Amino acid sequence: MDDVTFDMVCFPSEDIVAREIEGELIIVPLVAGIGDTDDELYTLNETGKAIWSRLDGKRTLRAISEELATEFNAPLEEVGKDLSGLMNELIRRKMILVQSV
Amino acid sequence: MTYTKKLKPHEFVFPAGKGPRLSQIDIELTERCNNNCIHCLINRQENDEHAHSREMDTAFVKDLLKQAADLGCLAVRFTGGEPLLREDFAELYMFARRLGMHVILFTNGRLITPELARLFAKYPPGKPIEVSVYGMRPESYDAAAGKKGAHAEFWRGMELLREHKVWFVVKSSILPPNRDDMVDFEQWLTEIDGEDSQPRYAMNFDLRARRDDPGKNERIRRLRLSPEETMSVLKRSPIYVDSMREFCGKFMSPSGNKLFSCGAGHGTCVDAYGKAQMCMGLRDPETVVDLHEATLKAALEHSFPKLREIRATDPEYLARCARCFLKGLCEQCPAKSWMEHGTLDTPVEYLCGLAHAQALYLGLITENEKAWEVENWRERIDLFSRK
Ligand code: SF4
Ligand code: SF4
Repeated sequence: MDDVTFDMVCFPSEDIVAREIEGELIIVPLVAGIGDTDDELYTLNETGKAIWSRLDGKRTLRAISEELATEFNAPLEEVGKDLSGLMNELIRRKMILVQSV
Repeated sequence: MTYTKKLKPHEFVFPAGKGPRLSQIDIELTERCNNNCIHCLINRQENDEHAHSREMDTAFVKDLLKQAADLGCLAVRFTGGEPLLREDFAELYMFARRLGMHVILFTNGRLITPELARLFAKYPPGKPIEVSVYGMRPESYDAAAGKKGAHAEFWRGMELLREHKVWFVVKSSILPPNRDDMVDFEQWLTEIDGEDSQPRYAMNFDLRARRDDPGKNERIRRLRLSPEETMSVLKRSPIYVDSMREFCGKFMSPSGNKLFSCGAGHGTCVDAYGKAQMCMGLRDPETVVDLHEATLKAALEHSFPKLREIRATDPEYLARCARCFLKGLCEQCPAKSWMEHGTLDTPVEYLCGLAHAQALYLGLITENEKAWEVENWRERIDLFSRK
């Protein structure tokens, strides 16, 4: 799925609860149909966590990739690939919503 | 590359040495119940105003849930009495879910309404609802539950859960009025979606948990299955012996004079009045922490660790339980001892008999042998668990 564009502004859905426990980011589905079964929880890897904390409904994905590239001293292209990979997963699972394109 | 990882709650592995301070909290929302089961260890009448007026209010329970979430808690078990008797149940349920906790609900199912079933369908608890079943027919259920018309309400509740595809599991208690219902119960089990366990039965009932009703204790004693009857139920399960091999290898050994060799106090069960207990069973006032005066964190980090250090002093306990390798298989523990005797360290003869009957059947002891006198217990466990 390649519907993710860098003009998007995304924010966490109210149908999930994101919790940080002992340094782990845990996403708990609240509404039926987000997980494949009712008892699932999700964690994000380190890259995922860094991206998630910036999904504030204000910054575009482009702005987020630029910030991450600077902060982690990584090539913009690589950061962009990670970002769209994660966005695809989160949008498919209805864990984040897209505010504008 | 995947960025999200999907896990069942028990699959969580936190970075080494860490983990939530509290993984699950049990909260008894009320001791009142709309049933009046002949074997119940805790219930009060549903219209008991004295009990009602002392219960934690909505704000108190919400604060408790927040404290638990701050300690990393991933699940709350709402139990009772009948938790659905609380007018604020749906509010507390959603509050817990919005904190990101899964909810385990223990209920008799009689108060499930279409609204509640829709709520559970839209916002699933994340864990199966656990329904206690007291009979499969109106005559048997109503007699065991002590309420006329109870079975009809229970059954309507189950239909609502099924209609809304809410995940639930069931367990039953073997009581004189429903002894003939086991086959029907086990058949029904196979028809419930998501119910994949072996039949679960309570049959070795505890006495009143608050030591408040000697008359009822006498009646409960008469309802308990004998060791022989218990064995005949356990043997019905095709996985009983194999599951015991694993269990015995992992959990059986003498525990010396240390009273709490179990998990009591690593988590907590908060009673209906805001007292934190070390576990669901232990209500000795000397071992509970009033959460009107202390935080949950203080109970878990200061009070309970001190209580866990208590040593047994009863000579009978020291001569038997402290040296007994059936500890673990035997359910003798501080909570059971308190319910039976009002002390934390007195052997419970009924449980002793049950443990010996199981051990004999599993080949861990021979006829007339006393487990606390067995010297080569390690060998016997090894032999049995490796078979
Ligand atoms: S019921 Fe007994 S064994 Fe279980 S946790 Fe409580 S004190 Fe320990
Ligand atoms: S089997 Fe008897 S002696 Fe052994 S722990 Fe249980 S009550 Fe104590």
